[in-house]
Amino acid sequence: MEVHVQPKTRTKMFCGCAVAPLNAPPNTYVCEICLGLPGTLPVANKAAVEACLKTALALNCEIPRHTKFDRKNYMYPDLPKGYQISQYDLPMSVSGHVEVATRKVRIRRVHLEEDTGKLVHAGDKLHKAWESYVDLNRAGVPLMEIVSEPDLRSADEARDYATELRTLLRAIGASEAEMEKGQMRVEPNISIRRAASDELGVKTELKNINSFRALHRAILFEVERQTQVLESGGRVVQETRGWSEAEQRTFSQRSKEFAEDYRYFPEPDLPPLEVERTWIDELRRNLPELPSVRRARLLDHLPAAQVAVIGADRELADLYENAVARGAPALPTANWIVNEVAPTGKLSPPENLAELMKLLHDGAITRDSAREVYVESVETGRTPAEIVAEHGYAQVSDESELRVLAEAVIDANPKAAADYRNGKKQAMQALMADLRKRAPHANPKVANELLLKLLA
Amino acid sequence: MPLSRDEVRHVAMLARLGLEPGDEDFYAEQLSGILEHIDRLQQVDTEEIPPTAQVVEIASRLREDEPRPGLTQEEALANAPAKVDGFFRVPAIQEEA
Amino acid sequence: MIDDLTELTIKDAARLLRLGSISSAELVTAHVERIERLDPHVKAYLRFTPELWESQADEADRKIGQGEAPPLAGIPMAVKDVLCVRGVETTAGSQILRGFKPPYTATAVARLFEAGAVMLGVTNCDEFAMGSSTENSGYFPTRNPWDLDRVPGGSSGGSAAAVAAGEAMIALGSDTGGSIRQPAALCGVVGMKPTYGRVSRYGLIAFASSLDQIGPFARTVDDAAITLSLMAGFDPLDATSSDRPGLEVLNSSGGTVKGMRLGVPREYYDVKGIEPGVKAALDAALFILRNAGAEIVDVSLPHTDYGLAAYYIIAPAECSSNLARFDGVRYGLAEVDAPNITDEYMQTRRKGFGTEVRRRVMLGTYALSSGYYDAYYLKAQKVRTLIKRDFDEAFKKCDAIVSATSPTVAFPIGSKTQDPLSMYLCDVLTLGGNLAGLPGISVPCGTSDGLPVGLQVLGPQWGESVVLRVARSYEEASEIRAEVASVV
Ligand SMILES: [Mg+2]
Ligand SMILES: [Zn+2]
Repeated sequence: MEVHVQPKTRTKMFCGCAVAPLNAPPNTYVCEICLGLPGTLPVANKAAVEACLKTALALNCEIPRHTKFDRKNYMYPDLPKGYQISQYDLPMSVSGHVEVATRKVRIRRVHLEEDTGKLVHAGDKLHKAWESYVDLNRAGVPLMEIVSEPDLRSADEARDYATELRTLLRAIGASEAEMEKGQMRVEPNISIRRAASDELGVKTELKNINSFRALHRAILFEVERQTQVLESGGRVVQETRGWSEAEQRTFSQRSKEFAEDYRYFPEPDLPPLEVERTWIDELRRNLPELPSVRRARLLDHLPAAQVAVIGADRELADLYENAVARGAPALPTANWIVNEVAPTGKLSPPENLAELMKLLHDGAITRDSAREVYVESVETGRTPAEIVAEHGYAQVSDESELRVLAEAVIDANPKAAADYRNGKKQAMQALMADLRKRAPHANPKVANELLLKLLA
Repeated sequence: MPLSRDEVRHVAMLARLGLEPGDEDFYAEQLSGILEHIDRLQQVDTEEIPPTAQVVEIASRLREDEPRPGLTQEEALANAPAKVDGFFRVPAIQEEA
Repeated sequence: MIDDLTELTIKDAARLLRLGSISSAELVTAHVERIERLDPHVKAYLRFTPELWESQADEADRKIGQGEAPPLAGIPMAVKDVLCVRGVETTAGSQILRGFKPPYTATAVARLFEAGAVMLGVTNCDEFAMGSSTENSGYFPTRNPWDLDRVPGGSSGGSAAAVAAGEAMIALGSDTGGSIRQPAALCGVVGMKPTYGRVSRYGLIAFASSLDQIGPFARTVDDAAITLSLMAGFDPLDATSSDRPGLEVLNSSGGTVKGMRLGVPREYYDVKGIEPGVKAALDAALFILRNAGAEIVDVSLPHTDYGLAAYYIIAPAECSSNLARFDGVRYGLAEVDAPNITDEYMQTRRKGFGTEVRRRVMLGTYALSSGYYDAYYLKAQKVRTLIKRDFDEAFKKCDAIVSATSPTVAFPIGSKTQDPLSMYLCDVLTLGGNLAGLPGISVPCGTSDGLPVGLQVLGPQWGESVVLRVARSYEEASEIRAEVASVV
């Protein structure tokens, strides 16, 4: 799989242009350098190199002493200089690996290059009056290309690998890796092999994949397509195929009537990059804990389902661990994060979550109230205790008050009460539901005990 | 080694240089002549010799990630032979035949 | 009081300007008048920049009046058509860039503007600096001021001719295989190519990026040295530029070759095709240098025979890539009504590039293409290593290398245009300095049949001060000064 990731930088790879926001007007984030005007020269962005080194370290890659940039020559209107500055035989890093579920995926290389511009096609098919429009805002935006060895065996594994990369890149702060924003582009190479054979068939490369879901579907489709081609006695053609989201199928993109020859050669405008060992050591020292390590630690005291959610996102995992460190109970806090935080993205400071979890755990408030308190706390920044005190969310556990309530519930639900007395234990659920409706702040445990007592 | 007309056509396509009548023969002859001189390189024993891409040792210098003002859209398009609505305009790109 | 303002050196002009004896405006006017008289014959300039020279001369006079004149205040300068100047049409001598006005100024030029220089105009050159005679210009050939039927050399022929004819006090050129030194020799002026990385290439329209360097033309070594020192140094916009020392400008009392060892490479001394008159001028120069106290030693550059071949792989390979950006999309000539993009590219480039440029783009593309990369490009890079090592060895035995700059004097226009290899051989003594990244200078060393001959001095990398010292001592000892050509 080839994955292109846009490192988190303020400026482009080889010039000082700010990285354009999505949907900026065309050709407004450009300068003479990224427009490829004559006489201009590239100077490599330190932050992009750093992001690439961090990624390499996180992927357990070797970082060679000598690395350099090369020119990949081909003329295309989205490529202003007529060549892309990339890395050929001495990439920034090589020979890494990453654990994805039970499989170890080997990383062949991670290198740096620059993005191309964008083309918009328009025209009139009938009159063959086609033309294209070129926007160079994206030209020169840095990209890390992560190339894995052919170790992935299924659409599931490919999706898990891509997800793991995203988690990792976010955890180390190398990239936002938002597929929808084009910050991460995955290009799976797919070939099938006969059962009991080690030999891989002819591969096709898939492009235009814009989500993890599309990745999964595109691979499933392509595997099926290749299988049918072979089973009907045909031959798989080596080619680039695009994924059509609208049609949910792949289609042939580039007929290779004229084989390009990229004529790579060392970029004479950039001196070879000798990455100082002290820099790498420093990056290694400051590298945040990797998601795989953290997941292993979380698994010591949490079930796998919760770890799958919390361990996939650095912010969630940080929130969990910091709240627990402040005395929040582990499993309820994990459940809270899985059910209340992950779906909404509303992150509270860990001390507030810890306080809330204690209030809930001690029975001071109900779960329903806790939800309201949490949202309000995130929105206003006030502590849960303050909010509970002000709104009177405090849970009522006083038996004399609750006894009146319980009696009212039994009076209002004679049938359910009778059913319960006649041995239908599940009738209790209806009674409790009514009780909670009438008094959201009632301590459900105490109320339940009272109901049982009154109906006995 | 002299260049064939096929090779001339292939190289011209790679270089995106149009060929006009007479060009193929012209290049085949001229390039062959120059290459005949260049072929003396093969006499040099370079078995143990590393290549030199850049002859002066200059420490790699990286740029700080600080934005620098670029060009306005108008300046960016000022020299363009054809432009439309802020874009450079080019003839059709034949993706699929 | 002053006979001809177009014959001054920078130092003399600066003194007169400071004294108030002349104004920058007068100095510029004198040059413009000379241009009007001579340039229709010489054709050194492609275009003039009156808005610039007026405002820059005014600015210079204002600063001089306030006593804060920068070192080149009011000095008239010509700029080769490969150096971008904001708002000034810059075409690299090519039709493909006709009308192109860069929105930025080359660092080297910007630094000289800052130092007070006044730009008179843009000088002619071989298209994309590919050539040794300025006959490959996409506009018209420039003529040698000493003999209008002969070439001025190239590719910076316009700049050399402008300085030789007194149409500029200093001029800028670029040197990829000899393109400053060879025309300087053929026009009888001083031309210097610094160490690779000494001057920022930002804004220099690239021919071969690993070989190109910008340098000055002047009529004295001191003027060249001052100009070079003002444009040299690290530039954050060129990652291959450097701040290394070695450019100390000589003060008037310094500079002797006494005790220096000057190496004469036998492969250069006896180079094939060297004219007897050139050799005689070189012998005379060596005699003068020995008399001035230098020790002349024999050195050898054993891979000289392969230099041209390596150069004519490396330079075309890089140029084939550097010239890919001329696609008619963002600037320059374009066949915008072509039916598809590939045809647009092919027609635009066939039409916009001249014969020599197309020849080299083809050659370079071929040398890099799959199946030939190892045999040509990689092989040439390895031979480049050997050539560099030859110089390293030679500099163990000497402080600087001296030779003729060009094996011949200026040749008649049209005499070499049909045979590219004969034209390429013009650079056989200079391109080694580019392959090895060395600083080199050409200074006038007499004449052969009435045509100027140049003495080349090459130094080790970053050894500009050594090169300048030898050149200046020779200039002093020989009493040969670049003269302003009288033309017709
Ligand atoms: Mg790539
Ligand atoms: Zn830019």
